[in-house]
Amino acid sequence: MKKNLPSVLLVLVLLLLWQGAAMGINAAYILPSPTGILVRLWELRVPLFKVHLPATMGVTALGLLISIGLGLLLAISMDWNPKLEKALYPVIVASQTIPTTAIAPLFILWFGYSIWSKVLVTILMTFFPIAITVFDGFKSTKREMEELLFTYGATKKDIFLKLKLPTALPHFFSAIKMAIPLSVIGAAIAEWLGAQKGLGYFSKRMMTQLDGAGVFAPVVLLSVVAMLTVWVITIVENKLITWRKEI
Amino acid sequence: MLRFEGVSFRYPEDELGMVENLSFQVADGEFVAIIGASGCGKSTVFRLINGLERPDGGKILVDEKPIETIKNYSAFMPQKDLLFPWRSVEKNVSLPMELGKVPMGEQEKRAALVLEQVGLADYAKKYPKDLSGGMKQRVSFARTLLSGADMLLLDEPFSALDYLTRVEMQEWLLAQWAHYHKTILFITHDVEEAIFLAKRIYIIQDARPFTQMESIEVPLGYPRNREALKQGEIVELKESLIGKLRRSVSL
Ligand SMILES: Nc1ncnc2c1ncn2[C@@H]1O[C@H](COP(=O)(O)OP(=O)(O)O)[C@@H](O)[C@H]1O
Ligand SMILES: [Mg+2]
Repeated sequence: MKKNLPSVLLVLVLLLLWQGAAMGINAAYILPSPTGILVRLWELRVPLFKVHLPATMGVTALGLLISIGLGLLLAISMDWNPKLEKALYPVIVASQTIPTTAIAPLFILWFGYSIWSKVLVTILMTFFPIAITVFDGFKSTKREMEELLFTYGATKKDIFLKLKLPTALPHFFSAIKMAIPLSVIGAAIAEWLGAQKGLGYFSKRMMTQLDGAGVFAPVVLLSVVAMLTVWVITIVENKLITWRKEI
Repeated sequence: MLRFEGVSFRYPEDELGMVENLSFQVADGEFVAIIGASGCGKSTVFRLINGLERPDGGKILVDEKPIETIKNYSAFMPQKDLLFPWRSVEKNVSLPMELGKVPMGEQEKRAALVLEQVGLADYAKKYPKDLSGGMKQRVSFARTLLSGADMLLLDEPFSALDYLTRVEMQEWLLAQWAHYHKTILFITHDVEEAIFLAKRIYIIQDARPFTQMESIEVPLGYPRNREALKQGEIVELKESLIGKLRRSVSL
């Protein structure tokens, strides 16, 4: 706790500045104050928590799960077959420069207001970083350890299961922690572009009503949920990976 | 018995060969040290024996059978312990048995027995990060033993340890050897270590590629005592070996 003190203080100072600025400008439709947002969050709690948060979380969770599945599959195949690696790796790296948000409207065009247009945006934003990070994890396996296993008569499968998988586990966690905020962003942007529920959609609706605090409230909610999820993942990670310092 | 018959080998990336037309042999149960300047190809000899590299020419035989046709005849212990940090001591030493499809119950029994023998019974459930350098090497040795092979290839296993630990580990290794009756090939660049441990020393003097290793008997019996290293004959042997190594370095 003590070592977090400076950053906690900084955040408090920033919040205070924000509060001061908002009160100075005194135009909540442009810059709502932090306290104003909290009050609005409380007033809107029923639709936010009952309808829109579950909708967004559904998109996020579904997109993330599919991304993890596909990302692992791709990472494993590239590790298994060097030809696939040669063909796919550069493409994946290059594809990360595509501005996903810019092509998101296309998905709305193709899949309409159904959940799949949003899930697709989420997948597109998280799939590649997961695949690359996990693949790099496989590649970080120490060659000497691999050779040692080989001298014990290990097969390619043994080497994968007993060496590469545990080596890549910390990378897998990093990938997940990186993907969670990305998937939330993806879902919210997609909802903003075209949806009938969800926090992104709700935020946009408040915008049309010039309700500044109402625009911010779902955004704050999203951020808090993403942070909490990452925090939980970190706890699981620390329980599971006790050896990180050694690598 | 291990026998090299006119073995030649060159790493594809290298211009110069590593070994050329090399022949030597090691009898069952022998403790042989291999010494030579660093980079002269000692580790490469081990890589050839354990099948990580294939010779370009010649034959490597164990009990008169080509090594390509047999399995689990040798076990390799590297300089770095290479313990898996996510496995407990017990699970680390069981690794070769896991790969050899030894039944679970049998694995646990053998692991417990060997850990007892190497003096680490109390550490079975601990992780590598909880162990000292000397202990890690003992775990690594136990893992090598549990591969079940009769020939152990130890590549500078103690060179990363501090002096006192190293001396202790040398005595410990001799006790283990007396207990298990395995054949040991031991690479080192420490002449004193070679003399204290080995019955016979192979010394590599040629510049690359080397074609022979001079065999030198150590005129000491077992069990050994560090005091014996002070005998005039042994001191002379040490001086002459150091002289030979020096000449090979200056080439
Ligand atoms: N895995 C390898 N691949 C390619 N070249 C190697 C490899 N291992 C060693 N070499 C070559 O062999 C030389 C050292 O051989 P090595 O057997 O490791 O010597 P030593 O164990 O006596 O120090 C290196 O300088 C390098 O050129
Ligand atoms: Mg070496």
